[in-house]
Amino acid sequence: MISFIAKRLAQSVLVMAIVSAVSFSLFNFVGDPVNNMVGQDATREQRLEIRDKLGLDDPILTQYSRFVGNILQADFGLSYRIKRPVDDLIAERLPATLELVFVSAIISLFFGIVLGIYTGIKRNSWGSRIILSTSLAGVSLPTFVIGIALIYVFAVHLRWLPSSGRGGVVELGWWKTSLITLEGWRSIILPAITLSLFQLTLILRLVRAEMLEVMRTDYIKFARARGLSERAINFRHALRNTLVPVITIIGLNIGGLVAFSVVTETVFQWPGTGLMFIQAVNFVDVPIMAAYLVFVALLFVVINLIVDILYFVVDPRIRLGG
Amino acid sequence: MHVKHLLTASVLTLSAASPAFAENVLRWTSQGDALTLDPHSQNEAPTIAMNGQMYETLVTRDADLVLHPELAESWEAGADGWTFNLRKGVKFHDGSDFTAEDVVFSFERAKHEASDYKEQIKSITSMEIVDDHTVKMMTDGVNPILPNQLTSLYIMDKGWAEANDVLVPQDYAAKEENFAVRNANGTGPFVLESRAPDEMTVLTRNADWWGEGMFPGNVDKIEYRPISNAATRVAALLSGEVDFVLDPPLQDLKRIEATDGLTVKTAAQIRSIFFGMDQGVDKLRTSDAEGNPFKDVRVREAMNLAIDREAIKRVVMEGLAFPTSMITSPGVLGNTPENDAPVGTDPERAKALLAEAGYPDGFSVRLDCPNDRYNNDEKICQAAVSMYARIGVTVNLDAIPKSQHFPKIQNRETDFYMLGWGVPTLDSHYVFSYLLDSEGSWNAAGYNNARVNEITTDIATEIDAAKRTSMIEEAWTLVQADMPYVPIHHQVLAWGLAASVDIPIAADDAFRPRFAVMK
Repeated sequence: MISFIAKRLAQSVLVMAIVSAVSFSLFNFVGDPVNNMVGQDATREQRLEIRDKLGLDDPILTQYSRFVGNILQADFGLSYRIKRPVDDLIAERLPATLELVFVSAIISLFFGIVLGIYTGIKRNSWGSRIILSTSLAGVSLPTFVIGIALIYVFAVHLRWLPSSGRGGVVELGWWKTSLITLEGWRSIILPAITLSLFQLTLILRLVRAEMLEVMRTDYIKFARARGLSERAINFRHALRNTLVPVITIIGLNIGGLVAFSVVTETVFQWPGTGLMFIQAVNFVDVPIMAAYLVFVALLFVVINLIVDILYFVVDPRIRLGG
Repeated sequence: MHVKHLLTASVLTLSAASPAFAENVLRWTSQGDALTLDPHSQNEAPTIAMNGQMYETLVTRDADLVLHPELAESWEAGADGWTFNLRKGVKFHDGSDFTAEDVVFSFERAKHEASDYKEQIKSITSMEIVDDHTVKMMTDGVNPILPNQLTSLYIMDKGWAEANDVLVPQDYAAKEENFAVRNANGTGPFVLESRAPDEMTVLTRNADWWGEGMFPGNVDKIEYRPISNAATRVAALLSGEVDFVLDPPLQDLKRIEATDGLTVKTAAQIRSIFFGMDQGVDKLRTSDAEGNPFKDVRVREAMNLAIDREAIKRVVMEGLAFPTSMITSPGVLGNTPENDAPVGTDPERAKALLAEAGYPDGFSVRLDCPNDRYNNDEKICQAAVSMYARIGVTVNLDAIPKSQHFPKIQNRETDFYMLGWGVPTLDSHYVFSYLLDSEGSWNAAGYNNARVNEITTDIATEIDAAKRTSMIEEAWTLVQADMPYVPIHHQVLAWGLAASVDIPIAADDAFRPRFAVMK
């Protein structure tokens, strides 16, 4: 067990190193930050001086090793754009992203499972057909189109909800939350729905397929033969067995939600890490881009590590296979 | 229990925030938040606009861009520099007095290496405090336009800067954030109440402001929140969540106008859009032609005649542009109606000129164009490609983000490029010294005319206004004949407003809250 985890850890570190090296080398193609950092009246010498100071003309390998060295000392540097420490910025923005991801995970789970069961059990009803065909929109429409459409319907025409921003924020120590005020819920609902739609569709279709599969198995037929109620069969026996793969998928998709939140946060001006990343890309704010990519890579690696360990615990075949 | 307390607390805050008493709250938005509140750190429009609500300058401009006294009551030029007589009885937000010492301190801070304003005031060699309310600024030779160069140079309190250890602007290479990045102490009409960068900045009226009662503005509180997505920004205006959008996308203006309770204001902007042709190199980098066709003035004229500026205005800009043949806008000293009138479109004549110059079959060249900087920048370039095809010039378009585009111009790696130029000083010297002087840092066209170079140097120190204006005119006449650029148009700027708000729109796109009236 310990050697397995140690091996996994070593692999994770390697993955992190590769991901950060690849993303770092991409920064060379994003453009020149100096142009955004000085006014149009700065002279050529001033521009060169800043490039020199920031070490932008050093070989990419030198820049990368300096970057890794700084990270190991927990120093992510200062944002070129807003001149504040990057780790502070991420810590400040993270609660907004995590709350958004949390709420949309709940939405996609709840509606995904409920609708999945419904369409799995009543697979020929009109309701199922409507749900399945509208759920296609969830996978096929790009997130920003869904977001803008929701804004125009619920904020501009009906005026029920705010169009953007994160209202009703309350500070709980260092964590700023918007989940304990009405205003906060009003502002999170549209971005959370937008972000959840893709996952919701995925879960819905997964649960439905699993339900259909399980319903054909012998133990369900046997349960029916024993005269158990439909309710007991559907929920106690069938549903439980469909949930195993669903849980696996969800674990992996939390990372995906964080990554997808880049688009949703931009559309709704949700002040999370995704919005910060997009603004950093536009400005070529290298310290923030680098830190964010390392952060997202870390997130995926940690989730994968946990899933791997869980598999190890759950599935004896991995233990034996070595 | 704990949560219940918080809920009650937040409900209380909510009800306190709603306008129970008649308070004029102006809520507005634009694409990008100020980068920092440090007034000398970034020379960037949104940052200058944000800081201008809290900080003030010696000399300012009103909505018609006429120079007005702000912290200086008057100024006069002498043989070796300028004397500024400062306004008396002015206090900073923290209560300390505004004196000549603060002016000298702020200018020295702005001259510091980490400042983004050092270039604007580099002509100042030394400063002298005559008395508490008089400052003399010695310049390197005579500088006739020094007051024009000071309109975004904000004055800080020396004592406050010392107490908070912000004697110099934030340095890029530093590890720590300095206090001035998120705190402000100016003399201006609004006081910073709270700031969450990229989320919300709240300012309240400064009751002790020296200008109280002298301006029409009646705003008590300003709530600014940036919204980076253009469609969302317009949605916030349509849904009544904001009263003012500084930068609605041009294609949404009709829709805003058609909505009850909303209006649109437009004005000619001090920003001209043009193409640069590199006539300085011997061989173009991206062309199949022998040598450099742009060296021949006939080719440059053909490139100008090929562009149908009216069509670009009508089709690409939806009418929101002023076609021109100058690279600087009306409002800038040196722009004349004769020079500003657009050259006609004449593809036949253009073809003939190309043939005369030795390119009867045209040539090919790459056009470098930004896609996220100017109004419809990429679409203008696309239109130009087809217009050049008509005269046989094959233009390959490379439209890329501004962060990649501008380095090409600065590093002289482009043959043919789009650039837009604004003139903060409203004086042609700014255009000559950057775009037309052979040493100009943005002169990627490689334009080099000995007389224009000479005039650029001379008008920097010529104090006789009439003589200076005629020199500027002479230089423009030479430039118009040489045609180093292909001017397209002057940009139009548009604001979206709730009908209940009246804010004067100005060619510099700056929001002047002291003139904002809420009905």
